[in-house]
Amino acid sequence: MKDFIIPDRDFGTPAAKSKQMVTLTIDGFDVTVPEGTSIMRAAAEAGITVPKLCATDSLEAFGSCRLCLVEIEGRNGTPASCTTPVAPGLKVHTQNAKLKQLRRGVMELYISDHPLDCLTCAANGDCELQDMAGAVGLRDVRYEAVDNHFKAKNTSGEANPQWLPKDDSNPYFAYDPAKCIVCSRCVRACEEVQGTFALTIEGRGFDSRVSFGAKTDNALASDCVSCGACVQACPTATLTEKSIIDIGTPERSVITTCAYCGVGCSFKAELRGDELVRMTPYKHGKANRGHSCVKGRFAYGYASHKDRILSPMIRDSIEDPWKEVSWAEAMAFAASRMKGIQEKYGRQSVGVITSSRCTNEEAYLVQKLTRAVFMNNNTDTCARVCHSPTGYGLGQTFGTSAGTQDFDSVEHTDVVIIIGANPTDGHPVFASRLKKRLRKGAKLIVIDPRRIDLVDGPHVKAAHHLPVRPGTNVAVVTALAHVIVTEGLMDEAFIRERCDWDEFQDYAEFVSQPNHSPEATELLTGVKPADLRAAARLFATGGNGAIYYGLGVTEHSQGSTTVIGIANLAMLTGNIGRPGVGVNPLRGQNNVQGSCDMGSFPHELPGYRHVKNDAVRNVFEEMWGVKIDNEPGLRIPNMLDAAVEGTFKGLYCQGEDILQSDPDTKHVSAGLAAMECVIVHDLFLNETANYAHVFFPGSSFLEKDGTFTNAERRINRVRKVMAPRQGYADWEVTQLFAQAMGANWTYTHPSQIMDEIALLTPSFAGVSYEKLEEMGSVQWPCNEAAPEGTPLMHIDGFVRGKGKFIRTEYVATDERTGPRFPLLLTTGRILSQYNVGAQTRRTANVVWHDEDVLEIHPHDAEVRGVKEGDWVRLASRSGDTSLRAKITDRVSPGVVYTTFHHPETQANVITTDFSDWATNCPEYKVTAVQVSPSNGPSEWQRDYAERTEKSRRILAAE
Amino acid sequence: MLDSADHSDRIAEILEAHQHLEGPLLPILHAVQAAFGHVPQSVLPQIAKALNLSKAEVHGVVTFYHDFREAPAGRHVLKLCRAEACQAMGADRVAGAVKAALGIDWHETTPDGRVTLEPVFCLGLCACGPAAMVDGRLIGRCDVSVVEEVAV
Repeated sequence: MKDFIIPDRDFGTPAAKSKQMVTLTIDGFDVTVPEGTSIMRAAAEAGITVPKLCATDSLEAFGSCRLCLVEIEGRNGTPASCTTPVAPGLKVHTQNAKLKQLRRGVMELYISDHPLDCLTCAANGDCELQDMAGAVGLRDVRYEAVDNHFKAKNTSGEANPQWLPKDDSNPYFAYDPAKCIVCSRCVRACEEVQGTFALTIEGRGFDSRVSFGAKTDNALASDCVSCGACVQACPTATLTEKSIIDIGTPERSVITTCAYCGVGCSFKAELRGDELVRMTPYKHGKANRGHSCVKGRFAYGYASHKDRILSPMIRDSIEDPWKEVSWAEAMAFAASRMKGIQEKYGRQSVGVITSSRCTNEEAYLVQKLTRAVFMNNNTDTCARVCHSPTGYGLGQTFGTSAGTQDFDSVEHTDVVIIIGANPTDGHPVFASRLKKRLRKGAKLIVIDPRRIDLVDGPHVKAAHHLPVRPGTNVAVVTALAHVIVTEGLMDEAFIRERCDWDEFQDYAEFVSQPNHSPEATELLTGVKPADLRAAARLFATGGNGAIYYGLGVTEHSQGSTTVIGIANLAMLTGNIGRPGVGVNPLRGQNNVQGSCDMGSFPHELPGYRHVKNDAVRNVFEEMWGVKIDNEPGLRIPNMLDAAVEGTFKGLYCQGEDILQSDPDTKHVSAGLAAMECVIVHDLFLNETANYAHVFFPGSSFLEKDGTFTNAERRINRVRKVMAPRQGYADWEVTQLFAQAMGANWTYTHPSQIMDEIALLTPSFAGVSYEKLEEMGSVQWPCNEAAPEGTPLMHIDGFVRGKGKFIRTEYVATDERTGPRFPLLLTTGRILSQYNVGAQTRRTANVVWHDEDVLEIHPHDAEVRGVKEGDWVRLASRSGDTSLRAKITDRVSPGVVYTTFHHPETQANVITTDFSDWATNCPEYKVTAVQVSPSNGPSEWQRDYAERTEKSRRILAAE
Repeated sequence: MLDSADHSDRIAEILEAHQHLEGPLLPILHAVQAAFGHVPQSVLPQIAKALNLSKAEVHGVVTFYHDFREAPAGRHVLKLCRAEACQAMGADRVAGAVKAALGIDWHETTPDGRVTLEPVFCLGLCACGPAAMVDGRLIGRCDVSVVEEVAV
């Protein structure tokens, strides 16, 4: 690991987990370490660094470089310290005349086949080969490189067949074989850390070379997912970030948290001046443990993209071009419009949408804006359209609206159910940790309409894949419970002790009904009963069982019911309250957990406490000095409905693109067009901004302090790496607007906002920036009862008391296939793009995915005369769009699949406004559609493109 | 070279016949080479998928063993030992003469597809160096006349 700034010691081999301690002597010092530790690591713990090249503590010892040799008294030879485990009483010498000579000899051989261009090398000053040459005292190389890998031509100008050109195909890193020492760290990192196995050593002996994929592949064409693990592991300049090649080595680093998905990886932002040189995964980050994915590691270029808006803008009408103005003028304009609307249409005519991309502190301020300044509860957040059913379902059954485990828990799990999630694309760092566990023997059950990568891939094979028909999750989950209950596989002791027995009996009677058997539900779900029964038995009897789920569960008309069904399964099998088990929602956005915690929902104050609760309201009223409305406000769909009706006129939308991300685009645009003041606060003129009157430019996660809360309830610090390019951090912008509206807010740092949150919210009572600084991160609840936070929830009892079993009756969605719309469309995402793509489309990630495509089964394609790459028209009852077809048997016949990363496609023109019965979470995952050949973009797409272009005009400065 | 479409059925048969083995990759590669005379690049993804391996891993194994060929060999394969004992007995001279007689260099096949010439490091016949191998048959104390073995 190249870690020259804030040297983060590399111990050479991973820590051993044994409780048994062993004492040995290294260079005369006694060292006590856990059994199974390598001599190299034991020496490092004692402060003695043994020279090494092929070892790094993120990888298992390999023993190939022969530089870490040591002598052990009473043993023969000079064993490698990385592969030799400690034993009681060993006397080890890491440095003596013989070892020195051996190491120098080895280094001479390495250097004889290495270009000595250190001064112009990208790794100059950051190269372990260079360091080791220094450490062993290399002064002379006796060998002349006759056959070598680093000279393109020999002295007579003939091409050197052993020389390979640099591979620049990956947009973010370069592979220069001439500098390779074949230590295999990259190959091992790809295998052990990432689990993709895209790299190999081809050939043998002197011909051994690192190879991406097979012979004709390059880095881009191989299976490589550009996670950066190989680059992180490379000790030389062989695999180097292109940003390092372009800029040079960084000079300072700041620990912060990635702003992409809900895994919440910790990163070191490495800078030179205020130029970000690279992002490297932080070894001590508790969510990612030193790993990263292509988005967090490399796709940060959007923050300095030319499309980013750096000046506030206003316009009278959405038909006008934008006018750039000062912050003061923008605030005055926005405040006078909002005040005017409230005077004319009433207090309830305006509202806010908080962002799940912004920090906790920023989301908190925006909901406070509506509650304490607009004086209503019209606040909602994008969790409405993703994990609101999780909040409801887990709140009802367990008593908390969050996952039960930390990510480390996966290391102890024996059987994993993945339902409605595609972790290798959506939550890649978690997927890598899961795959690591699967390679060690854990079993996997995948419940998904599509054959996701985890079903069958290198060193991963699901024990069962239940290809459920979209919209029938509840029937499948209930059938699993049916098998467990009727075959007597439940954990009765757990249920008697931890759950309400009467409710269980009612539930058991319900699921035991023959109409819930796998045989009876097969007609609905399309899942073979034998597979389903086997999966249920495996989960109930296979040891620690953990369930991970995503939006494929929640974004349905019965999303909340499925979440409840999942919670029931965990309680039935006693899989709650210890490591390796639990119910784990994989949250989509970096801070969707946090924005929910912060009271972004119209019926809940921070900490999930209902606005009708007088005692709770009183606490806030006292602190804020205002009277809080005791009626829940409007949800996003209600706001849009009210706007179309003419009663909702003003919206402050923080960092969210509802036009692109929310269902039934035409309804959203009609709602927005009917409003008199739409304030968009974002990095870019997003699609929603086409309908906005005020644009507040936003700051990126690199430009502000704050906290994000990830899917494991972990509150991670976001640290200001550089000054906001447009002048203010987002929390300051919201404060300026509140002040313009007449509020007396005087926060000078986000830590003060967190202090206020801690005072008002019992589950955050113990959280402060000092504690985060000291502990790195903390998982809520963090209060007097749990001062260090709560990695695992419901250990001795459920938060609500007794676990609650709730009946899960399957009710078919109203969205049905028929003769006109015979196929079911389901949507998802892809590794390289994120959500609506506002960020990732503005990075080099587009080389992997530059347009949305429609996956269709060969059978469905053939009967429609659709060939690979053809334009097809995708139509539903709501609308139609056109995109290209990709023919694949990943989807079952009758099911088509697409992503929603590109505004040109607007997959949400297709989706309907059906939604979850409990929380209004839209049913993105099921839409009845028809697919037919087409010539190109639809009329709607062309109109929309025109409107977009028109509404993004900005007047030239006067 | 045939394209993958022509191979996939035959490869599927080979996979079927070997997949029950523990560590089936090498036996499968041997069977592929026996069936096609070489291991075509195009079959690697199919083998990888069947064994839950990556394409890169299969490529790594194939390239580790010199005897797995990327392209079909000539009708005969002539291997000349290049190891120390044979060199001491004049293997270099024999190699030079054989190359000249056949008009090809190491790893090459005569234009008529008759013979492929390959170096090998030790055939275990050090007592009878220089050693050669023609189509799997060992020849001791060879000289340039070894080319007659591959004359037709």
